Amino acid sequence: MQDVAIVSFVQSDCVRHAGAQNEVELIMPVVQAALKEAGLISVQDVDFTCSGSCDYQQGAAFAFVAGVDALGAVPPIKESHVEMDAAWALYESWLKIQMGQAESALIYGFGKSSPGQLSNVLSLQLDPYYLAPLGVDTISLAAMQARSLLESGEVSEVDLAEVVVNSRANAKNNPHAQLSGDFTVDQLLAEPETVSPLRKHDCCPISDGAAAMIICTVEKAKAMGKPYAVIKGIDHRIETHHVTLRDLRRSPSVEIAAKKAGVHDAPVDVAEIYAPFSHQEIIVKRALGLDDSVAINPSGGVLAGHLFMASGLSRVGEVAKRIIAGEYKRGVAHATSGPCLQQNMITVLEGM
Amino acid sequence: MSLESGSATDQQVEVLSQKFTLGFTYTRSTGPVVGRFLSSLRDGKMVGVKGSDGRVIVPPVEYDPVTAEALTEFVDVADTGKVVNWCWVAEPTEHHPLSHPFAWGMVKLDGADTPILHAIDTQGDATQMATGMKVRVRWLDQAQGNIKDIVCFEPGESSSGNVPEHDFEEPVVMMDAPTYLDYNYTAGNATARYLHQIRKGKIVGQKAPGGDFVYVPPRGSCPATGVATTEEVECADVATVESFTIVHIPIPGNPIKPPYVVANLLADGADVSFIHLLSEVDNDAVKIGMRVKAVWKPEEEWSYAMDNIRYWKPLENESDKGGK
Repeated sequence: MQDVAIVSFVQSDCVRHAGAQNEVELIMPVVQAALKEAGLISVQDVDFTCSGSCDYQQGAAFAFVAGVDALGAVPPIKESHVEMDAAWALYESWLKIQMGQAESALIYGFGKSSPGQLSNVLSLQLDPYYLAPLGVDTISLAAMQARSLLESGEVSEVDLAEVVVNSRANAKNNPHAQLSGDFTVDQLLAEPETVSPLRKHDCCPISDGAAAMIICTVEKAKAMGKPYAVIKGIDHRIETHHVTLRDLRRSPSVEIAAKKAGVHDAPVDVAEIYAPFSHQEIIVKRALGLDDSVAINPSGGVLAGHLFMASGLSRVGEVAKRIIAGEYKRGVAHATSGPCLQQNMITVLEGM
Repeated sequence: MSLESGSATDQQVEVLSQKFTLGFTYTRSTGPVVGRFLSSLRDGKMVGVKGSDGRVIVPPVEYDPVTAEALTEFVDVADTGKVVNWCWVAEPTEHHPLSHPFAWGMVKLDGADTPILHAIDTQGDATQMATGMKVRVRWLDQAQGNIKDIVCFEPGESSSGNVPEHDFEEPVVMMDAPTYLDYNYTAGNATARYLHQIRKGKIVGQKAPGGDFVYVPPRGSCPATGVATTEEVECADVATVESFTIVHIPIPGNPIKPPYVVANLLADGADVSFIHLLSEVDNDAVKIGMRVKAVWKPEEEWSYAMDNIRYWKPLENESDKGGK
């Protein structure tokens, strides 16, 4: 596999309500800024464009098509879309480059969750015969996953609260974060349980926004003369759709993806984990085989701001950004989709 | 890696929003495996399927989750079981099966090796919930042939002895699976500015700075260049027919009686057409290039909507502009 360079990454602030801005108006600024950061003038300067979004957020079939209005696609461009987090749009773009069909790509993800009810929207991804008709929601499923961990004795409430304390503290340095600040474990555990055993702070906030990234071959990145991070490995694995048939305390899909992506081939010093619920960070960290020397979620992670459909891409971008800045040498970015970490994608990044 | 200011995001206008409910009123075919499970519910029976490794999977799945082998060996299990996992929903929503606080539970039925997920009713009392507790199915009085024939689980060591009534004997092969999602749709910055002008009886298109195209209605960007349409250009309520169709079939939910004319109209001053109605015209006389003018509703009925213009009608002569 050939190395692929990440030359720019931009994301918007995570805000609960983007107000009057529609999706196009959320996408335009990040796409323009990502192009500019890579030294490119327009979308015509990349070979391929791929986006990730979910039509159910807007409540309109083919809503993602309108996103193309943000690009400037005249004359026509080569373009694709995944009804997934934009991390999977990165995966498709990476494949395009591997296949020799493109040397550069623009990836963007966007989501305006505020008009709808995200938890109900996500019910629709469940089994349509046995679960969706009952209105089982993602928070409840995550709560049961948390209980299975807590009752096994492997993890305590304190461990969950510590994840949140670290997220909020790290997010103080992230200007795009929605939730940040100094909290103590005792403070958090004094809060009531909302969907027991989860408390409100164990669940990610809901955010509106967008993110964009430019990737290209290493040769092209060198020619651009811009600093970059390198994708050394990438892998995506899926577990069964039937949530009751899984051991929710484990993430075999993360374990396999980590191995295939080469996480263990050399030491890792930073990881961004897409954990919409505090206990999921613990599951993923364990499945990645990371010890406490690794910086976990220096951005604050999605507990500090959750751009649904762009958060996975943001995890990759946050790691790339820090490697480019020289803060870390080798990092792992995790993206997830589906209930209780059903699908997982692992990306391994290194410096130039 | 930060955003530059000066973009359209800075032009904040009053947020215009509209509530709507999206319904997916689908009927789903069940297939033989799910159908077998749903058919058995009306007899007050729970059934599972034997997986490749011999474990009994309830509710039954069509393919083994590990080997992907098609599964066909059905096994009867009890309607009583043990809670292996649960969470407490203190604030149920209208999408949930119970309106008072309840638990979601994973219940391993007696005879099954994997749990079924459903609601557990302890009359709103969370302290009655515990992993390992015994529960039984509460059956719906009148079977419908779907998963809701199980109302929920309730604490109990043995079966309730109740069985649903039912008035159908043929196997369940289809089930109604309607889903409704509520939204409060927001108009978008550019569109909101446009609708504020329509509210005042003006058609004000927008263009990107330095751009060639005036968009009516604007949707946020000049799609050709990907630049925000920050400049406003007032257009006339006189337009040219770019194309049209005569609708002869009734459209569900549309109050207008066919036959009627729907046209692509290019307003004077705009570069991109929009769709609206033509009326007060002999349908056979409509042609591309025809000049038309807006017929507005009375001013007191104007709102933030394109139907402030009732329809468009032929322009008799070029000096005959306006008509509000």
